[in-house]
Amino acid sequence: MIQWLVGAIGLSLVATHALAADPIEIGIGYLGHTGIKSKLSLVEQPSEDDGIAGARLAIEDNNTTGKFLNQRFFLDEIRLKDDEDVAKAATALAGRNGFIIVDLPADGLLKAADALGNRKTVLLNAGVTDDRLREQDCRASVIHVAPTRSMLADALAQYLVWKQWKRWLLAVGSHEADKLYADALRRAATRFGATIVGERVFEDTGGARRTDSGVTLIQRQMPVFTQQAPAYDVLVAADEGEVFASYLPYRTWDPRPVAGSAGLVPTSWDAAQDQWGAIQIQNRFIKLNSRRMTARDMQAWTAARMIGEATSRINSGDPKSVSDFLKGPDFSVAAFKGQRLTLRPWNLQLRQPILLVDGRMVVSVSPQEGFLHQVSELDTLGVDRSETKCKLH
Amino acid sequence: MWRRCLLSGMTMWLAATAPAMAFIAYVSNEKSNTVSVIDTDTWTVTKTIKVGQRPRGIEFTKTGNFVLVAVGDDDKIEMIDTATQEVVDSLPSGPDPELFTQDAAGKILYVANENDNAVTIVDLEKRVRVGDIQVGVEPEGMAISPDGKILINTSETTNMAHFIDTTTHQIVANVLVDARPRFAEFKRDGSELWVSSEIGGTVSVIDPAKRTITGKIEFSIPGLRREAIQPVGISITKDGKTGFIALGPANRVAVVDATTHKVTKYLLVGQRVWHMAFTPDEKYLLVTNGGSNDVSVIDVSAQKVIKTIQVGELPWGITLVQP
Repeated sequence: MIQWLVGAIGLSLVATHALAADPIEIGIGYLGHTGIKSKLSLVEQPSEDDGIAGARLAIEDNNTTGKFLNQRFFLDEIRLKDDEDVAKAATALAGRNGFIIVDLPADGLLKAADALGNRKTVLLNAGVTDDRLREQDCRASVIHVAPTRSMLADALAQYLVWKQWKRWLLAVGSHEADKLYADALRRAATRFGATIVGERVFEDTGGARRTDSGVTLIQRQMPVFTQQAPAYDVLVAADEGEVFASYLPYRTWDPRPVAGSAGLVPTSWDAAQDQWGAIQIQNRFIKLNSRRMTARDMQAWTAARMIGEATSRINSGDPKSVSDFLKGPDFSVAAFKGQRLTLRPWNLQLRQPILLVDGRMVVSVSPQEGFLHQVSELDTLGVDRSETKCKLH
Repeated sequence: MWRRCLLSGMTMWLAATAPAMAFIAYVSNEKSNTVSVIDTDTWTVTKTIKVGQRPRGIEFTKTGNFVLVAVGDDDKIEMIDTATQEVVDSLPSGPDPELFTQDAAGKILYVANENDNAVTIVDLEKRVRVGDIQVGVEPEGMAISPDGKILINTSETTNMAHFIDTTTHQIVANVLVDARPRFAEFKRDGSELWVSSEIGGTVSVIDPAKRTITGKIEFSIPGLRREAIQPVGISITKDGKTGFIALGPANRVAVVDATTHKVTKYLLVGQRVWHMAFTPDEKYLLVTNGGSNDVSVIDVSAQKVIKTIQVGELPWGITLVQP
């Protein structure tokens, strides 16, 4: 009997010892793509590690906290080439990790989500802004950290209306993404009382982005493109394809400010953001990555921090428990935007203030004062609960 | 010893002859790179002292001879001589010092350095850095237990109050609190530790012996959305009965029954109210309003704002000599 008791005590000692020694290991997959989308402006050219660099910083931050909680985080990266199989890569990552941060175009994200089907893997979209992923194509396993086009457009519209720049000339590119952004801008104009007085389409006829005599040609092209417009206050451009918008400022026929894809740009983050303690994360990011932090970096940082925030609160790395916590009423995350960020339960979109930046400074942060909402002023940005087409199951 | 006798003698003499005691408050103005000096008798700014870049945390030394002010962008702490009201020397710190606290004897300074996840230990007499303690991400709030045995540091992104043994400099406990803990304050009898969470919107009440959260102070102001209520500065009366909590962009100071931990009143002050300090007689509480560039004076017993004093740009911290 005594022997049995001693044995039992020994066992329980071993058990507690093992508990203290072995940290909870939390693997976070990162599913991105190789190659970068070229920008018109050389200074905006993204780095090869755009996005993932933010996730790497969040892993460091999570591990600093984790050492007090006996939790250890690691990042498991896969970056796909254009012809590589998304489903296969997602399945491989899901085999090793309970969480995957996804930075893929809309179709790729849906392929990844659908390939994992009923697994309990939590996907966090840190890259793509398509509203349909949060609406008719929403998935119960996908949390959206990146803002939507409609959130970005609403953030811009609130500021332009506050400025009393209510007459917009809309310039739209010929790519599909440009049209989607233009749709979001039209919706925003209607919602907040602006008028689109005219629309122009800028056809992408191909050709090189950079030529030695480009400037001369552009400064003749852009006035022609914007001439004979009805009276307007601001030129709003939808050019996700990076074909023409950056050429517009200072070259319009009428002397008017430019907003949207160039000029005053709505974004989730900017290297110039220094309010609300942001200087600290900017410094940490530069120290780790030897470059400045972009919106995509911030979205990936926030995604990985949301996981770290949840695991620290519930003291577990189990994906199902983390997912329940993130979707529950007690979750919020601090991300240097002056207020807590929470999830919209109806489509799993992260609520967030949107910065309006001019490339050098943060001009303003939306929601603007006076745009009220019965639940959260952040819900004045994007598609609200009553309008949603998302059915989660 | 001689100095201490003289000092306490002087205090007694002053207390005896001056019933309407005048005190001097020092206010750090984060944007102006200045410190405003306020006379609490006339409630006017009597001097503006030029200091280093981005002054934030500010505190009297225990002797009352110096006011220390952390100038974050210069990576040091400046010493203002209270006799001449001028910067006379500086102390080393880690990168970007923000808040700090002293040990009971006033010999050791513990500094939270936002930029390198560490608390720096500074010898106040020799004016040298003597060590570092690794803590969570973005250390900010600092407090020392009344018995001097435990140092508290809050880390803003890790969301913890770290309990540090002041003898061994080891972390002995970590208490998880709500998002972005900014400030920590003990009751004088050591029975409670209060930690404000700016983004979480709560103040956690911690039992320092058990090192667990025993209650939370919650706020609700009609007409204000929850996100706008961001508790930062905390002051608790010496008798431990009443707490005052600055609510940032809610532009209010909450008066809290420190026994029941319920808010009894909200006092409207200036914009983005941050930190505060009592006059030594606890008749008044002075609070900094960063957004409106002023300091509000609260009559503690009447629980009313009685005065507003214009200071520099973005007033951040405030200190008055404590008996």
